[in-house]
Amino acid sequence: MTRHNPWKQRIKEFFSSWLVSPAELRSYGVLGMNARNIRYIAHYNDRTRYPVVDDKFKTKLAARKANIPVPELLATMDSQAGRKALLHTIEQCEKFVIKPARGSGGKGILVINGRDGDLYVKPSGVRVTTEDVLRHASNILSGLYSLGGKPDRVLVEAMIDFDPALADYSFEGVPDIRIIVFRGFPVMAMLRCSTHASDGKANLHQGAVGVGVDLASGRAIHAVRHGYRVDRHPDTEMPFDKLVVPDWSRVIRLAASCYEMTGLGYLGCDIVLDRKRGPLLLEANARPGLAIQIANGGGLRGRLKMIESLEPEQFEKNVEERVRYSQLIF
Amino acid sequence: MSPRAQVYILALILAVLGAGLTIYKSSVLGFPLMPGAYRTVWTIEAKVEFLAEGGPAKVALALPRAQRNMRVLDETFSSAGYGFNIRHDGDDYRAVWSRREVEGRQSLFYKLQTYQVAGEPLTQPLDFSTDVRKPFMGSREQEAVGQAINSIIERARVASSDIETFTSQILVQLNDSGDQDRNMVMSHYQDSSLADVALYVLSVAEVPAHRIRGLYLEDDRRRLQAEELLEVYDGSEWIAFEPRSGSPGVPANFFIWQRGGKSLLDVEGGNRSSVTFSVIANDVPARTVAKKMTSREKDALVDFSIYSLPIEQQSIFKLILLVPVGALVVVFLRVIVGLRTSGTFMPVLLAIAFIETQLVTGLAIFLLVVALGLWVRFYLSRLNLLLVARITAVVVTVVILMGAISVISYKLGIEQALMVTFFPMIILAWTIERMSILWEEDGPDEVLIQGAGSLIVAVLAYWLMTNRYIEHWTFNFPELLLVLLGAVLVLGNYTGYRFSELLRFRQLVR
Ligand SMILES: Nc1ncnc2c1ncn2[C@@H]1O[C@H](COP(=O)(O)OP(=O)(O)O)[C@@H](O)[C@H]1O
Ligand SMILES: [Mg+2]
Repeated sequence: MTRHNPWKQRIKEFFSSWLVSPAELRSYGVLGMNARNIRYIAHYNDRTRYPVVDDKFKTKLAARKANIPVPELLATMDSQAGRKALLHTIEQCEKFVIKPARGSGGKGILVINGRDGDLYVKPSGVRVTTEDVLRHASNILSGLYSLGGKPDRVLVEAMIDFDPALADYSFEGVPDIRIIVFRGFPVMAMLRCSTHASDGKANLHQGAVGVGVDLASGRAIHAVRHGYRVDRHPDTEMPFDKLVVPDWSRVIRLAASCYEMTGLGYLGCDIVLDRKRGPLLLEANARPGLAIQIANGGGLRGRLKMIESLEPEQFEKNVEERVRYSQLIF
Repeated sequence: MSPRAQVYILALILAVLGAGLTIYKSSVLGFPLMPGAYRTVWTIEAKVEFLAEGGPAKVALALPRAQRNMRVLDETFSSAGYGFNIRHDGDDYRAVWSRREVEGRQSLFYKLQTYQVAGEPLTQPLDFSTDVRKPFMGSREQEAVGQAINSIIERARVASSDIETFTSQILVQLNDSGDQDRNMVMSHYQDSSLADVALYVLSVAEVPAHRIRGLYLEDDRRRLQAEELLEVYDGSEWIAFEPRSGSPGVPANFFIWQRGGKSLLDVEGGNRSSVTFSVIANDVPARTVAKKMTSREKDALVDFSIYSLPIEQQSIFKLILLVPVGALVVVFLRVIVGLRTSGTFMPVLLAIAFIETQLVTGLAIFLLVVALGLWVRFYLSRLNLLLVARITAVVVTVVILMGAISVISYKLGIEQALMVTFFPMIILAWTIERMSILWEEDGPDEVLIQGAGSLIVAVLAYWLMTNRYIEHWTFNFPELLLVLLGAVLVLGNYTGYRFSELLRFRQLVR
């Protein structure tokens, strides 16, 4: 026998319009932050392997050894003494990107994609002076953007000349593809398209659009921005349902091969598509975010569990076989 | 065993251990679980310091006499390497420490536990001498001062009817900084205390008087100097006066240490001697007080507890023991609720500052300093400074702001704002720096979210840390920290959803 309680009902309605119940989230297989940290990151990621991914300079060195293509490194600077060399490098190039080796979440990344006399032009059209660029570099050096404020290294990378197939879906910046790789198996993918608001960077919390991508075909399934579903790119107005990531099989293979390179069981790979060189590894991440679930309109939990339940000999497979397996089941 | 199982077992062991000790202490040793019928027991510690000259040294410290409205529970002396005894001569009790050969800085302690009962503080009659030695004031340089004193006495005599009102009048005049005569007298006796001058004036007026030394009992006081009262004989009995207000009677929370004019401390064979006092209040149940009065034996568990520390450290520990509570709040709000804060444990430091400043003042000061600091920081960001230099500049700015806030609010009569010094400057500076970067990188929204998050955590932590029960438990049962540790371990193993994720992922389910 249930007694009807209008107040209880009303309170329930109020909360359910804002919140979902944990049971519902579980039924969708959504992975929460705590579970990610304890069950996957702490369990599958060996701490000693972290520096390889936390430091983009080390990532580049490791990638070179593993024959994984990366964006070209133009210069690095690890002390104020390197100012001259840095100045010399940037004066030579039209387009370049300055980033902290140990930054995250798009912090401290300065994208320059043109010149206007002595001035440098950012993707959003804002012009900055040489002084500004050097100051930015010295901020990076002193650890402003690194975890815990540790002194850092400045990387100057060549600007990626991205594949024109994606040009309609990205405004003023380079789209990148995030793929979660679990024990060598790609489990979920998302394309991140920069917008005017994200200033040439494809980091979601800065306002970029996240597009869930089907692992088998590279086709877009679902797009979100700031946690809400969108159908079109907010700046270019292009509908996402026609989007197919070019060269998809190479992209996903590149991601899977990062497992051998980093030795991390739970890994997020950021990949960009260069017009001439094809897919390049931009960075790898030992603590990839959970927004990819929103972009895909589905949870990670089920997929991760599926991989966990595989027979031990399945983990001996090579990159090719792992990718094929993932494409088959997800 | 899987790490998960280990965590639960460890947490269980810790919880059982902590709870067990707590139960033992409360049921066997009589520590009260609830802050209930309490009696405030004051622990007063006198610390004698001096620089020994290398030869024999002898230190005599006047001891408080039993008072009618104060009961002494316990007295202890520390005398590392010293011979010790108590001498009394009439009304005068003195602790005497002596040693054949001693050199360098010396510290000696005398500790007293006392509690107040109802009643008048002073017993009558007293057989103090009522002789007055009228001072000689004939010399040339004293002429003007003498005249001023006489004029004060004359005016007081006109405006009074008996010795009591006369003394009040004298004290009122001596506190009136607009009075010419008073200023003359005070500037002549610059090195003397108000009580000294008043005694001098009273002796000129041939009123028998002496001084009372003692302390105002207030919780958590360190390095206090002895305060003075006056006592005046009106022909039939002695009347005490508070020299600054001029009102008769012993102030309610005044603990009388020494009555009569003798010295408080004598040191032979040493110099630069001083005696300072610390006072701390403990709320002890009436039952325990009664127990202690009858049996003064101690239990090992109590003897090795925080109670055995010098009280200066005890009062610091009172605060330190609350820090884990604040940290637990941080862990809870991070793991279960998913609140974003700027700097993980910054809110706990804020909460500690709030305890000293009171919540509203603390919040106001914090917001003011951070807002002004952010404003300065935005200007600094245009100056092309290196990070360390910029943070230092922000620290200096914060210090200047704190100084300015203190001075301005003091002038405006808001004395609480003086507490601004309790805010950790470096933390404030880092907070400002972090928030301004957040502003530049992620926009003002994120600054508001994280700032509000930090304040919510700080206020919640403050609220718990000042809760009467929690204060009582952390201080009386520090073993409960083990239970808290167990709780933290379990929280650290929670893999369920955070409250904020119920909000974040709602679009996904729809
Ligand atoms: N070499 C580059 N050329 C063009 N855009 C870049 C380049 N490097 C980074 N970006 C942009 O900045 C974003 C963040 O870069 P990333 O290296 O992933 O740093 P973070 O660890 O901060 O996310 C990328 O998604 C991309 O849009
Ligand atoms: Mg990235």
